[in-house]
Order: sequence, then structure tokens, then C-alpha cells
Amino acid sequence: MMQEFLLYLVGGILIISAVFSLAAAIGILRLPDLYTRMHAASKAGTLGSGLALLAIAIFSLEGSVVLRAVAGFVFFLLTAPVASHLLARAAYVAGYRLDERTKINDMDDAS
Amino acid sequence: MSGATFLDISIGITLGLLTLSLLLVITRIVRGPTLPDRILALDMLVSIGIGFIAVIAIKTGYMLYLDIAISLGLVGFLATVAFARFVLQRWQIRANRENSEASKP
Repeated sequence: MMQEFLLYLVGGILIISAVFSLAAAIGILRLPDLYTRMHAASKAGTLGSGLALLAIAIFSLEGSVVLRAVAGFVFFLLTAPVASHLLARAAYVAGYRLDERTKINDMDDAS
Repeated sequence: MSGATFLDISIGITLGLLTLSLLLVITRIVRGPTLPDRILALDMLVSIGIGFIAVIAIKTGYMLYLDIAISLGLVGFLATVAFARFVLQRWQIRANRENSEASKP
């Protein structure tokens, strides 16, 4: 019975992670400029891949596999903001402008 | 519906959704319009690839795929950092060249 419930849980988490990835992909395609696209990709994309690793952990329930999957999830959560912050700063300093509909630009005088 | 059947069906749905998002991201890589857009889309491509590897690991039962997924994530992070430095340095080299050309005559 418990085994059966875990299989349902793994399937549900897999579908949720795919939906997050799809949301990130739609955001990358539809949003107007680099900085708003980054906002879609780094949050929803991280959750998409991290939940897939979590599904592996619940599916196997072996100590070593669970440990590696959770470590991978934490690793993604730590590195995704660093990577997108670096890229956003490099792009801003290199002169890629924001979309003209952007209302507030806190980096205006601090490049 | 038993648990195994539900898992099979949801693996199918997940693979379909991931394929759709892969196509959308590839559209962004092809359309651009600038280099940082493409770098961001490549980063997203890596994260979708991790999703694919995880689904295949559950489908086949080989937990070794987990190590591949984690190392792919590491490579994707390093690639994004390297590309960000490349964008920055390319701009600095171009700015230096324009400065020296402006001061020459």
C-alpha cells in the first residue's frame, strides 16, 4: 500500500517538474528582454530540474541515492542565482539595455 | 488504476512536456537576438536536459544516471560563468580599442 502511494507521488512530482520547465520555456520565449527572461529561467527552471532529482530520491529510497539527489538539489538552488546574477551584471555593464516598458532601474547610476 | 500504470502514464506526459519546452527554448536560441539571450537559453537547455536524465533514470531503474545529471548541472553552471566573463571581457576589449583609436589622431 505504501509502495503504491509512493509511485503515485513520484508520478505527480515528475509532472509538476515538467510543468515548471514548460513555464520557464514559455517565459524565455515570450518575455520582452534579457532581464525578465532571466527571471523566468532561473526560478522556474531550477525548480523544474530540482523536483526531477527529488522524484528520483523518493523513487529509490536508498540512502546513497537520496543523499546524492538532495545534495544535487541544494547545489542547483545555490548555483542558479549566482550564475544568473553574473550573467545579468555582465550584460548590463556591457551595455545591453532594458526593455523600454521597464519602470524602475536601480542600476541607473551604479554601473 | 495501479501505481505502476500511473507512473508509466506520467512518465509519458513528462517526456512530452519536456520535449515541448526543449523546442521552445531552441526557438529562442535560434532567434537570439543578442548573445546573453542565447547564453540564458543554453543554461535553460541544460536544466531541461537534467529533467530528461532524471525521467530516464526512473524509467529504466538505473540510479547511475543521477551522477550524470549532477555533473551535467556542474558543467552547465561553469559554462554560464565562463560565458558571462566572456561577455564582460569582450566589451572591455572593444572599449579599450575605441579609446586608443580616439586618442590616436
